[in-house]
Amino acid sequence: MGSTRVLIRHHGTALRAFLVLTVVLGLVYPLAVTGVGRVLMPERADGSPVRAQDGTVVGSSLIGQSFTGADGAPLPEWFQSRPSAAGDGHDAGASGGSNLGPENPDLVDTVEERRAAVAEFEGVDPGSVPADALTASGSGLDPHISPAYALLQAPRVAEARGVPAADVQDLVRRSIEPRDLGFLGEERVNVLKLNLAVDGWGAEGR
Amino acid sequence: MAVLLAVLPAAAVALVLALLYRPLGEYMARVFTSPRDLAVERGFYRLIGVDPASGQSWQAYLRGVLAFSAVGLLFLYLLQRLQAFLPLSLGLPPVPEGLAFSTAASFVTNTNWQSYSPEATVGHLVQFGGLAVQNFVSAAAGLAVAVALVRGLARRRSGTIGNFWVDLTRGTLRILLPISLVAAVVLIAGGVVQNLGGPTEVRTLAGATQTIPGGTAASQEAVKLLGTNGGGYFNANSAHPFENPSPWTNLFEIVLMLAIPFSLPRTFGRMVGDHRQGYAVLAAMAAIFVVSLTALTALELNGAGAAPEAAGAALEGKEQRFGVIASALFGSASTLTSTGAVNSMFDSYTALGGMVPMVNMMLGEVAPGGVGSGLYGMLVLALLAVFVGGLLVGRTPEYLGKRIGPREIKLASLYILVSPTLVLAGTALSFAVPAVRAGVEATSILNPGLHGLSEVLYAFTSASNNNGSAFAGLTADTPWFNTALGIAMLLGRFVPIVFVLALAGALAAQDKAPATGGTLPTHRPQFVGLLIGVTVVVTALTYFPVLALGPLAEGL
Repeated sequence: MGSTRVLIRHHGTALRAFLVLTVVLGLVYPLAVTGVGRVLMPERADGSPVRAQDGTVVGSSLIGQSFTGADGAPLPEWFQSRPSAAGDGHDAGASGGSNLGPENPDLVDTVEERRAAVAEFEGVDPGSVPADALTASGSGLDPHISPAYALLQAPRVAEARGVPAADVQDLVRRSIEPRDLGFLGEERVNVLKLNLAVDGWGAEGR
Repeated sequence: MAVLLAVLPAAAVALVLALLYRPLGEYMARVFTSPRDLAVERGFYRLIGVDPASGQSWQAYLRGVLAFSAVGLLFLYLLQRLQAFLPLSLGLPPVPEGLAFSTAASFVTNTNWQSYSPEATVGHLVQFGGLAVQNFVSAAAGLAVAVALVRGLARRRSGTIGNFWVDLTRGTLRILLPISLVAAVVLIAGGVVQNLGGPTEVRTLAGATQTIPGGTAASQEAVKLLGTNGGGYFNANSAHPFENPSPWTNLFEIVLMLAIPFSLPRTFGRMVGDHRQGYAVLAAMAAIFVVSLTALTALELNGAGAAPEAAGAALEGKEQRFGVIASALFGSASTLTSTGAVNSMFDSYTALGGMVPMVNMMLGEVAPGGVGSGLYGMLVLALLAVFVGGLLVGRTPEYLGKRIGPREIKLASLYILVSPTLVLAGTALSFAVPAVRAGVEATSILNPGLHGLSEVLYAFTSASNNNGSAFAGLTADTPWFNTALGIAMLLGRFVPIVFVLALAGALAAQDKAPATGGTLPTHRPQFVGLLIGVTVVVTALTYFPVLALGPLAEGL
C-alpha cells in the first residue's frame, strides 16, 4: 500500500481523472439509462412482471419457476420447467448451472434418474424424454422448455385438470415461440405463460 | 437444414461486422488522430492538469497507464470493503479482503474473473459506481495502448507516441460511452432489467415464494460486452434471462463484443496509411475465428461424452432459448476476444468442446482479441512473423518500413512469454505445493479426475490472458486462488503493456526504410498464412503437453 500512496501523491492527475470519470461513467451514465428505461419501457426495465387474472404479480415472464409441492414433488396440474441448479431450484437469488463435467459419474446418474422419474410421472417410454427435461440450464432460471417436452406433458396436465387432452395440446402448439427472425436460437415454450393460460382450467371439476 | 441453422447466425454476425468495419474503423481513427478537442474535454484536461497538445515519451505514457490503473485498483478495493457503510448496498456486508483484492485486480485488468456470486456479494453501488466504471476505463486503456503502438509504426524519428490522458478520454467519451448508451436502451427493449430496486418477493403460481432481483443490468451489460470485459451482473452471467433474455439479444451482444476488435484493423490501416495492411491483419483474425467457431459448434452438436450421451444432447448448462448453436457462437466470440462472458457453462461442455475456449485464450486472444489488446497482440505476432519470414527466405525483417532489430525482437519475444509462464507456473504450483494442492483438491475442484486439472488450467489461462470466463465448478474464493489469480491477472495485463509501449517507443524513434525488392510484403495472402502459422505454432508448442494431460486425455 505504501507504494500506492506514493503513486497517488505523485500522480494527482490520475486521481483527478479517475474521480471525474467515476462521476460520469459510474453515476450519470447508469442513472441516465435508468431514467430512459423508466420513461420509455417501465415494465421491461422492471423485470417483465407477469400477473395472474386477479392482478397480483406471480413472477417474471423471463424467469423460470418451480411448479412443485412443498415436498419438491412435481404437481401434475402444472407444466414442469427444466431441472434447475439454482439454489433449491429456480432460486433467482442464486443463479447458476450445475457445472458438472461431461464425464462426471454424478451427472450421468442424475440424468438417468431424471429420465426414469419423468417417464414415470408422464406415463411415457423413457426413450421419448427430450434432453432439455434431463439437463439443468446454465442460469438455473431457464423460463423455457422445448416444444417436445411441453407436448409430452400435455396429456398428464389435461388428465389432472379433467379437461380434454386435445384442448391442452392445441394450447401448447399455439404457445410455441418460433426461432427469432426464423433462424436465431431454438423453438421454445414459456412455461410460466403456458401455466397462466391453463390456470383455472378444470376448476369447476375440482 | 441443421447446417443452415448453424451457419446463418454466424453469417448474420459477419454481415453486421462487415458493414461496421469501415465506418467504425474510420471513426476510431479520426477520434485518435483529430487535433481538435471537444469543449467538455478541454474542461476535463484543465481540471486534471494535462496539456492535450503535448506528446509523451513511451515511458511517460506507461507511467500514465500504470498510475491510472493503480488508482482504480485502490478505489475499487476500498469501495468493496466499505460498501456496508454506503447507500444502495442492499444491506450486504463488506467484501472480504482476499476477494476484494481479486475482484479489484480482475476489473482493472479488463479480466472480470468473478470468484463470487454477485447477487450475494456486491450491492448496486459497487456494481455501477465501481465495477462498471472499470468496464469503461480498462477497455479505454487497452485501446490507448494499441493506438500508441500503431503510432509507433506510423511515425518516423519521433520521441513521442501520443498522450495517454487524451487517448483515454477520447476512447471513453467518444467511442465507448455513446455506443453503450444506445446499446443499453436496446437491451432494455429486449428485457434486460435496469432499475434501482432491491430484490422483490413474489408468490409463484404454485404457491412458493421467489425472489426477483433488480439492478442496473442493462447499462452494465452494454459496456461489459462492448469493452470486452465480461463480468456478469448476475452469477449466471449472460445465461441469466435478465442479462440476455432472447436469441436476438444474444446476437446483439455477440456483435457488441466483436464490433470494436474487428474494426480496429481498419483504424490501424488508416493510421499507417495503407488499408491493405489492415485487411491482412483482419484476414488472419477472421480465419482463426472461423476455424475455432466451426470446431466448437461441431463438437457440441456431436455431444460426445458419458453425460451428454445419456441425456441425448450436450444441453447441461445451456439455455433452451439458445440451444447448442447460439451457445457455441457466444462462447467463441467471448473467448476469442478478452470478454469471458458466458451464456452457457463451459465446465459442462463436452471434453473436447470445453478445450476450444481454452485454446482460444491460449492463442493470446488475438482473433480478434480484446478492445485494443487484440490489435496490439496481433501486431506483436506480426513482428515475429516478419522475423521468422526473414529467417526463412533470407530477407531483411521489416514491418511497415521499420527494421525489426534485436531490441524489437527481444521485446516481442518477452511479450509472448508472459502469459504462458503465468499459466503454466500457476497451474503447476496449484498441484506441486503440497499444502496448496490439498486445499485445491478438497475445496476448489468440483469435478473428479482429469476434468479437475482442466478446471485449474482453465482458471490460470483465463486470468493470465485477462479473459475472465471459467470452468465455473471451481470454487475460486479461497486464499490461494484469490491471491494467485489476482497476481496472474495483474502481471498478465501490465507486463505485456510495458513491452508493447517500449516497442512503440523503439519503433517511433526509427526512420522508415523505403521498401525494396528485398522487403517481405506484409499485405499478401502469403503473409496472412505466415501470421496465422506463427500464432498457432507458438501456442501449440507451449501448451500441447498440458492440454494432453487435461481435456485431450478426457476427450479421446
